[in-house]
Amino acid sequence: MQAEEKIIEIKKEQIATESSLQNLNEVSGSVALLESCIAEGVKTIFGYPGGAIMPIYDALYDYNEKLKHILVRHEQGAIHAAQGFARSSGNVGVVFATSGPGATNLITGLADAHIDSTPLVCITGQVYAHLLGTDAFQETDVINITTPVTKWNYQITDANEIPEVIAKAFYIAKSGRPGPVLIDISKNAQIQKFNFKGYTKCNHIRSYRPKPIVRKKYIEQSAEIINRAQKPFVIFGQGVILGKAEKEFLAFIEKGGLPSACTILGLSALPTDHPLNVGMLGMHGNYGPNVLTNECDVLIAIGMRFDDRVTGRLDKYAKQAKIIHLDIDPSEIDKNVKVTIGVWGDCKETLPMLTSAIETKKHTEWVRKFYDFKKEEVDSVIYNELNPTSDELTMGEVIKYLNELTNGDAIVVTDVGQHQMVTCRYAKFNSSKSNITSGGLGTMGFALPAAIGAKFGAEERTVVAVIGDGGIQMTIQEFGTIMQTGVDIKIIILNNQFLGMVRQWQQLFNDKRYSFVNIESPDYVQVAKGYRIAAKKVESRSELKNSLQEMLNHKGSYLLEIMVGKENNVFPMVPQGCSVSEIRLK
Amino acid sequence: MSKLEYTITVYTENQIGLLNRIAIIFSRRKINVISLNTSSSEVENVHRFTIVIHETEEVVRKLCRQIEKQVEVLSAYFNTEDEIVWQELAMYKVSTDVIAEKVKVERLLREYGARAVVIRKDYTVFETTGHREEIDKLTKVLEPLGLIEFVRSARVAIIKASEGFHQRLKEFEKTDPSETPIENEFLDKQDEVFTM
Repeated sequence: MQAEEKIIEIKKEQIATESSLQNLNEVSGSVALLESCIAEGVKTIFGYPGGAIMPIYDALYDYNEKLKHILVRHEQGAIHAAQGFARSSGNVGVVFATSGPGATNLITGLADAHIDSTPLVCITGQVYAHLLGTDAFQETDVINITTPVTKWNYQITDANEIPEVIAKAFYIAKSGRPGPVLIDISKNAQIQKFNFKGYTKCNHIRSYRPKPIVRKKYIEQSAEIINRAQKPFVIFGQGVILGKAEKEFLAFIEKGGLPSACTILGLSALPTDHPLNVGMLGMHGNYGPNVLTNECDVLIAIGMRFDDRVTGRLDKYAKQAKIIHLDIDPSEIDKNVKVTIGVWGDCKETLPMLTSAIETKKHTEWVRKFYDFKKEEVDSVIYNELNPTSDELTMGEVIKYLNELTNGDAIVVTDVGQHQMVTCRYAKFNSSKSNITSGGLGTMGFALPAAIGAKFGAEERTVVAVIGDGGIQMTIQEFGTIMQTGVDIKIIILNNQFLGMVRQWQQLFNDKRYSFVNIESPDYVQVAKGYRIAAKKVESRSELKNSLQEMLNHKGSYLLEIMVGKENNVFPMVPQGCSVSEIRLK
Repeated sequence: MSKLEYTITVYTENQIGLLNRIAIIFSRRKINVISLNTSSSEVENVHRFTIVIHETEEVVRKLCRQIEKQVEVLSAYFNTEDEIVWQELAMYKVSTDVIAEKVKVERLLREYGARAVVIRKDYTVFETTGHREEIDKLTKVLEPLGLIEFVRSARVAIIKASEGFHQRLKEFEKTDPSETPIENEFLDKQDEVFTM
């Protein structure tokens, strides 16, 4: 009986295939998926094939010209690369991975993209729908595993759903506050033929309101407060970049004469050498912005979320100031810091409204105060970091020479740890979308794959990845991706032979009890050579600048391992649990 | 701020997985959900969650914002107990012999608003609806008789001041951004407005 049914089924399928030849609209779910991606303007996909996503890869075989697929060495590499791509291009990053382990390998990247608001669409294969819940081979409950780390996710078990769901996925990923979306497609839906009626982009989901109407009342109230302010201070985050509002932001701060400091993800939204750019906030940010947060009378937060690394101790954070918070995500307003006025909206819209409502001013005295603090920071920290007198190289001087050679035009991708803080503190940025780092999640291993993706997202630009000796070993397999794709990125390993940031904390707070921070490295030059990547190791100051120049001149990827001082610390520092004004210079 | 019992009402699309998305907003913050009910609402195809938690108003407000942030959630409201009309339902299975012998059934039915749903030779099922304290009273009477089974439902609640979701849904269905569903009014009168 069952066998008979099966034969009938097969016959039905044959009939379906035959009729599909007559009907050109009849395509497989896989083809519909790829057509949908193309309709969304996707040109690059980062992925790794496997059993449950084979029909999609089979369809991809015929789309070689329209879709560039980058074969990574691990799914985590794929998703970080897609993040780098999204951050350098401003477009949605797309990832393909198979079911089970393929999907679970995406989790770190999803969490990273979720907390850093990076628009991604991840497609995972899934076992046949009739096998769901049977502990089938490479089956995992991807939807439930990824729910806390996605903006939205959905499981497709019928090909007819594909065009509409993919349209929703792209719309949700990039609209409002962006984020990662995961679509799980069961194998039967990938194979299933259906009548593909074409692709319509989604621009409205009734339960989803990414773009609020800006209420003039709040703009007016904010402008009034700003106009009355004696010591106004702007702190801005990635929202300015995500909202593509760099020009609007510049107009705003220039009209108001407002000193502005960025969060780590806000870096590069405002050119480093703009006179109103007073530096970076946060635990290892600049001295002035941290101290003066507790001295300003009006704090204007734009597209940032008051992370604990920015605020330090909350009950001592900017208590004296009236706080205005511009954000597109209403759940951010009042979440960590109680605000005087919350302006809910897209800063691309709210900033021009605010600019036209504020008076033209120059807070010369107040801005000078930031420069006074900067001088103090230069004298006690920065000068020595950039111009060391000992033989040991410092991370800071590497970045100083890099600035000189790239002139601040490169995209700088950093991993997580001391090198990240030093690079973000000293790197020069002339244009937006030039700083790519794992901010919220602090994912070691992020930089190498993200740099690869960043290059695909902005092929005309130089991409420099600065990575520690810990982080590089977490995703070092992506050398293989560099080798196979021939992508041109410059990799600087700042090797201090320690897991430096943890070691710094152990030195400062755990009586120098160095517990498992002493990490050994392979011979990176040899490893790179094995992957046919040009490489060099630098140990002395005399060869540093030339080697950096050589790296930048090299056609194709290049790895430069630089040995730096083993026990250097990053300062200034706001110790955990302290107020921002208790920032330490040593 | 002191903790109170808050009833959260969430209007949502009917979507698989949304229950989990909402549940983890609580579990991630280690907040205990006292009761949770999902049902249809006054509007066709719109689902209604009723969630009871014991928390401070600030926490509840933040939770509601996180809930509303979910793509398939239309609106989330929170109310204190005096702002709602609410009911819970309980059912008791007891031995008919014991009941017949020891309890004045008539008094039970009158005094506690209980109803007998099933009466069989071997067992009787009583049912009552009301606030938790009312149900607790009946439980106290029946417990000594040996409950074969006892079950109590989640809370369902009507918001006294609500005009229902019909009008609001129409606003949501407009493609242009419109004022009504976007309640950032809360920003300047936080103590009066109960939605986010």
